[in-house]
Amino acid sequence: MPEPPGFLTTTINSIANWARYQSSWGATFGLACCAIEMMHTGAAHNDLARFGMEVFRASPRQADLMIVAGRVSQKMAPVLRQVYDQMPEPKWVISMGACASTGGMFNNYALVQGVDQVVPVDVYVPGCPPGPQSLMHAILTLHEGIKTGEFVRV
Amino acid sequence: MSEDTTTEENVDVGADAPPPATEHERRQLHEIWAAGTEEPAWVRASTAEGAQMMLPRDQASVVEVAEEGGTLVSDDRLYDEELPEEEVTILNMGPQHPSTHGVLRLQLELEGEIVRRVKPIIGYLHTGMEKTGETLTFLQGPTNVTRMDYLAPFHNELCFSLATEALLGIDLPPRAQAIRVLMTELNRVSSHLTWVATQGMDLGAVSMMIYGIRERELLLAFFEKTTGLRMNHNYIRPGGVAADLPDGWEDDVAGILERIPEGLDDYHDLLTNNPIFLGRTQGVGVITPEECFAYGITGPPLRAAGVDWDLRKAQPYSGIEQYDFDVPLGEHGDVYDRYLVRMEEMRQSLRIAAQVAESMPAGDYRTEDLKVTPPPRKRIDESMEALIHHFKIFTEGFKVPAGEHYQAIEGPRGELGHYVVSVGEAKPWRLHCRTPSFAAIQALPTMMGDQLIADSIAIIASIDPVLGDVDR
Amino acid sequence: MTDESPVPEEAKAGVLSAPPLAALAEAFPDAVVEYSATGQNVFQVDGSRLVEFVQAARDAGFEMFIDVTAVDYYRRRPGPRYDVVIGLLSLTHNLRLRILVGVDGDVPSAPSITSVYPGANFYEREVYDLFGIDFTGHPDLTRIMMPDDWDGHPLRKDTPVGSVPIQFRDTHKVQ
Repeated sequence: MPEPPGFLTTTINSIANWARYQSSWGATFGLACCAIEMMHTGAAHNDLARFGMEVFRASPRQADLMIVAGRVSQKMAPVLRQVYDQMPEPKWVISMGACASTGGMFNNYALVQGVDQVVPVDVYVPGCPPGPQSLMHAILTLHEGIKTGEFVRV
Repeated sequence: MSEDTTTEENVDVGADAPPPATEHERRQLHEIWAAGTEEPAWVRASTAEGAQMMLPRDQASVVEVAEEGGTLVSDDRLYDEELPEEEVTILNMGPQHPSTHGVLRLQLELEGEIVRRVKPIIGYLHTGMEKTGETLTFLQGPTNVTRMDYLAPFHNELCFSLATEALLGIDLPPRAQAIRVLMTELNRVSSHLTWVATQGMDLGAVSMMIYGIRERELLLAFFEKTTGLRMNHNYIRPGGVAADLPDGWEDDVAGILERIPEGLDDYHDLLTNNPIFLGRTQGVGVITPEECFAYGITGPPLRAAGVDWDLRKAQPYSGIEQYDFDVPLGEHGDVYDRYLVRMEEMRQSLRIAAQVAESMPAGDYRTEDLKVTPPPRKRIDESMEALIHHFKIFTEGFKVPAGEHYQAIEGPRGELGHYVVSVGEAKPWRLHCRTPSFAAIQALPTMMGDQLIADSIAIIASIDPVLGDVDR
Repeated sequence: MTDESPVPEEAKAGVLSAPPLAALAEAFPDAVVEYSATGQNVFQVDGSRLVEFVQAARDAGFEMFIDVTAVDYYRRRPGPRYDVVIGLLSLTHNLRLRILVGVDGDVPSAPSITSVYPGANFYEREVYDLFGIDFTGHPDLTRIMMPDDWDGHPLRKDTPVGSVPIQFRDTHKVQ
């Protein structure tokens, strides 16, 4: 949404973005193997809570970040879209892993070849599965993008 | 005779009808089991349901609906008395749910908080792995199957490799077999650690999640050091393993053997005699041995029901018979017994790992047969033959003689079996994976009947399903 | 894999050495007994007698149901196109049994064994979903893996894998 530049609006904008990236809570959308690595990223060794991602909310209404962790099958795609639609703005999507980003090694009838066919994606994370460090890098990239306003959401 | 055939008394089936409607579902199953090939009329005539929807119970003619939509056998429940429509709620649980251990969808028909009927709906993670398996060579096969049960990847790879080696008719050097045993038993520990973490978290002990994963990191670090990956390793391949154990592996294993039992003691302190845990798990989700046989449930749920059956003892593979270990058995077949069985299994697996580490034979980590295993990388620069072998194995793949084989191993969830049909080519003609979680999910209605919703969470956690295993 | 060549006697003898299997072979003389190349017990049974055979197997000691699946031998062998494969396990005798049922036709169909082993329910639904084999007597034969409105049966050999062309693969090449 284009705003007239001005000292007050840019300050409010940056404060709003600061609030958004410092406490983006994820929606639990762990599907397959990547979900296990996502669990590991949230657990003790690679603690996500230090980046403000304190909890993963089960209800999409209370989440602003959806990490699609795993392969999305044809049957799951409408569910994915529905959960995405249920999240209130501003929301971001990280496509975690090769299967979510492009269909991965399963180039066949059963999988959606990339979740960007179903939901708009902000950050893609390669890996099969991406280790916790890769996922954290992606999340921090997303946070950077929110901070600078690159990933703009109303 | 009234049209409403939902209670026993109204159905005229003759002398071999089971006792009236108040009987529990498991007795019904036992009747089917014991009665013979003919499906009793009271089963056919009982409430019907469409494909993915639970039809309302007061359909005009239950028998008509039964003919249209097919009848349910295993998750049909007979009510004590006719419930008014308003008291029955149909609740959909999943596929996106924090406690269903993946994308499992359950349709629950509830009477208040009590679950009467359950319909598990799966397929939300169907990846077409069996079809993909037909497009990959036998050497590439483990990359595909390892992603089925993603908590026990070594087991999937082992099963596939054993099936391929049976068709090839090759033997493995003892070191390769010992390495396989080491990795799979440590994998069993890491899988059970994830299970105890999620079981604890689902029942409210949220810190269990952190503890379980903390211990698991140690194992994953070892796996990463040996295979290059934390998960989905593609390490156990037909012919042996991909690479030898790294230097210093004995110290790593010793560290694991020291740390994990301490962690297990912590979990025992937290959970085993905890009154809340006991209250939520004892007597919950009981399954009898006959039901296990009828549904094909194997692994910890079968052993918790009291049946002494472990493929590592009964039909051993990969040289596991040379190691000393016990098979823990439960008694009641409830969630608590499954918890105890798995906790003890972790200790037994560590015991096996200790013996393997002590007695690891020297030698080759893969078979010498050059038609099957690729030559060492540095030989490719020196020998033309090695180059050709490498080329042929990695582009075309080695041809496996025609035949079919069913290989079963004891995975952390039960009997994992791969049925491989080869027609003499480099790719399998058919790869079918008989996965333990598929059978266990099918038995959920039996285990969940007439219990609270909160119990269903405990039950799902206790059968430890992995949806990648279920849907493939 | 079904085969038109006669099964050698030693191969049969290997299977028949176990009492429950010998009893089954005697009760069903037209079932073809085979000791597969890797030494596994295989019976080929006709669809018309399948439920009876499975019932007899269960009575003979094969308590545990293991698996129902199918193989599509599309144009690969002279016999029937599909093989329905049933796996059973006997804990008391520590034996495995594999039963192959040849199935053919435009609408292939086999009898359901859910009345003997209720656990075959989901497995037969999966075979129906992925191969299109109809199981008569199944209580709820509907799709289980694919969405309900899916067209076709993915694991049949004449259905392609469904791969999508890789995008941008050739962009570096000089046009």
